[in-house]
Amino acid sequence: MITIYKQLKTPLFTTLSFTLLLLLSLSSCKKEVVQTLPEREWTLVWSDDFSGAAGSKPDNTKWSFDIGRGPGGDGWGNQELQYYTDRSSNVQLDGSGSLVLTARSESFAGAGYTSGRIKTKDLYAQAYGRFEARIKTPTGPGLWPAFWMLGSNIDAVPWPQCGEIDIMEQRGQHPSITYGSVHGPGFSGRTSISKAYALTSGRFDTDYHVYAIEWGVDFIDYYVDNFLYYRITPKDVDGEWVYNHPFYLLFNVAVGGNFVGFPTTGTPFPQSMYIDYVKVYKQL
Amino acid sequence: MAYYENIKEINMKKNQLLKNVLFNIFGLLILTTFGCKRDVGGLQSPTFPTTAEVFIDGFTGDLSYAAYGTSDVRAFQVDNQVGYGNTTISMRYDVPDANSPNGSYAGGTYLSEIGRDLRGYNALTFYIKASQAATIAEVGFGDDLDLGTKQHQVALKNLQVNSSWKKVIIPLPDPSKLSREKGLFYYAAAPENGRGYSFWIDEVKFEKLTDLSGLTGVILNGDNRTISNAENGDKISLSPFEVSVNLPTGVNQRASISPYYLTFSSSVPSVATVNELGIVSVLSAGTTVITATMNGNITLGKLNLTSIGLAGFPPTPAPTPTRNAANVISMYSNAYTNVAIDTWNTRWLFSTAEESFVKINTDDVIRYKTLNFVGIEFTSNTINASTMTNFHLNIWTPDNTTLPNNFKIKLIDFGANNTFGGGDDKEHEITITRPTLVSNNWVTIDVPLSSFTGLTTRSNLAQMVFSGTIPNVFVDNVYFYK
Repeated sequence: MITIYKQLKTPLFTTLSFTLLLLLSLSSCKKEVVQTLPEREWTLVWSDDFSGAAGSKPDNTKWSFDIGRGPGGDGWGNQELQYYTDRSSNVQLDGSGSLVLTARSESFAGAGYTSGRIKTKDLYAQAYGRFEARIKTPTGPGLWPAFWMLGSNIDAVPWPQCGEIDIMEQRGQHPSITYGSVHGPGFSGRTSISKAYALTSGRFDTDYHVYAIEWGVDFIDYYVDNFLYYRITPKDVDGEWVYNHPFYLLFNVAVGGNFVGFPTTGTPFPQSMYIDYVKVYKQL
Repeated sequence: MAYYENIKEINMKKNQLLKNVLFNIFGLLILTTFGCKRDVGGLQSPTFPTTAEVFIDGFTGDLSYAAYGTSDVRAFQVDNQVGYGNTTISMRYDVPDANSPNGSYAGGTYLSEIGRDLRGYNALTFYIKASQAATIAEVGFGDDLDLGTKQHQVALKNLQVNSSWKKVIIPLPDPSKLSREKGLFYYAAAPENGRGYSFWIDEVKFEKLTDLSGLTGVILNGDNRTISNAENGDKISLSPFEVSVNLPTGVNQRASISPYYLTFSSSVPSVATVNELGIVSVLSAGTTVITATMNGNITLGKLNLTSIGLAGFPPTPAPTPTRNAANVISMYSNAYTNVAIDTWNTRWLFSTAEESFVKINTDDVIRYKTLNFVGIEFTSNTINASTMTNFHLNIWTPDNTTLPNNFKIKLIDFGANNTFGGGDDKEHEITITRPTLVSNNWVTIDVPLSSFTGLTTRSNLAQMVFSGTIPNVFVDNVYFYK
């Protein structure tokens, strides 16, 4: 099952995809954004389209669950409020081709919220390539959905030395903004290398969008709907470039925590993240 | 809404006000100037201005202002020193003190004389700040002073403001209905803790926002409500009617709306129908589901309604008492002058009883539905029954009265201290069953007070409790006698 994905020099006629910087410079004139993208050829090596019966769990040959409140019981190092479970009310296939991670406001094992977090740790990891997923994100203050990766050597080389690549992170109180980031030694947590990308029209929680990175030896390119909005290279990080070994994938919806703040009485619950597919390519 | 009382006064006050306000009406002039060229080939329905602005550093030309009756008509003025953004002009509202002779609150509506075509917008937005943290009772859209209906009204209630500018978004639930809207913006604000304050509003305009989501209608607070004991003739409102929208901050906001934005339907119209105001009328026995749509989309909230049909009513009044009034202390009877009873339903926690006062022929009768227990209080004027010998009442029930079904009466005396508690309260409960208790007949319960063995004092009787297993009870002729 080899599919060739070829990205050409394609002008992107898009009204949706402006970077923040472009927005500032172009807001006064209605100019079409034309991007010349790097010419790379990809072959699909791993994917999940989340087909399966409604209510069933994701394929356990590809995914495992994170359960609870983190190894230290401290909200996964971020003071997050949710308890991750493997119950179908938090993680299930919807029967129409999406995986649904649902954050709920409910008391569970001492936490005030429940949610889901799945990962390919010890099941699939890869260095370099194109990693993409088509996602509809949740909204509301205190909601923190993410599509991200961790260095697969994390058990031997603790975070942040193992590296973290965040392909999509959002704050529910800003449903028109998404973030792409890397964390590593000397640039983790609040000092991560990060960039925001805002829609000029519409929101990320109302439709599916394709979030992707293209990762090579000395670069990570961030895309939303095939619009390149950010490139990180070794000279951009204030520390060691730790992105030359395999990483595994994670999806989760956190509630509360350092990045996003706490939910408010106005935060609508339950809130779900819908993942239509995830695909991993290697460069030919 | 209480704010709209005495609206007849408005026109008078409006004239008085216009002297103070710094804008004029140009809109009508424009319309008449351009009205001469007439295309007779294929007349189209007239279109109205699509102007978005209401107030942005000044008023649009077609606008007038009407203060609400009993409000302080001088509450509103244009402020030339405060403004949102780079400008120093805004609308200022001085909410009066609670007992101000000028009026007890600030409130009014801005009207387009011609009407605006707002079908291209989805929200009314503005910026607001106040001289202090305050809660503004209501701001909204669609008050065209049409006394009967205000069919396009949207009301954001209890808006919290403080001394920083903040943007307020009032969604338009169904812009397709707004081809000629006159009521562009209104407000009503009462004093805070009796004291007046000021607030400012600027940049009032209609917008087509792309970062709103989840616009949906809401009935019954969004609940799936079940009523299992409705009867023919019952009227049930599906209010409150609301619109819910997810704001660009990810927060859900609800605003009250006119029921005219909603389309109601009943799955089984022979059981119950629902009119355009969202009032359900129960017609016959059966089950139906009442739902609503807004813009064709189903709302949050629905009513699962089961009707028992025609309710069982006593065909005749209870027997009329004949005892000498001098020997009677009556709580409820047409035959006597009754003592004052605080309430025939205290609605204590977990009580499901619903009371109503009905007539059987000309006789007044208390009707209890869904009775599990009901508290009856007369603490304000406790009853001294120390010289009385008997307690009497008539009840009628359509329900099954075979054993072990029962009806219980408890009398409570507050004792010498005449207040609840304090160690001297006395009470006793008696239970009525077959053969005294029968269905579909007036039952006379006439019990010597000596049978209430626990009720060792009865000079400060203050409470009575009916309970038992029969949910439908009609009660009449409740009295003590000797």
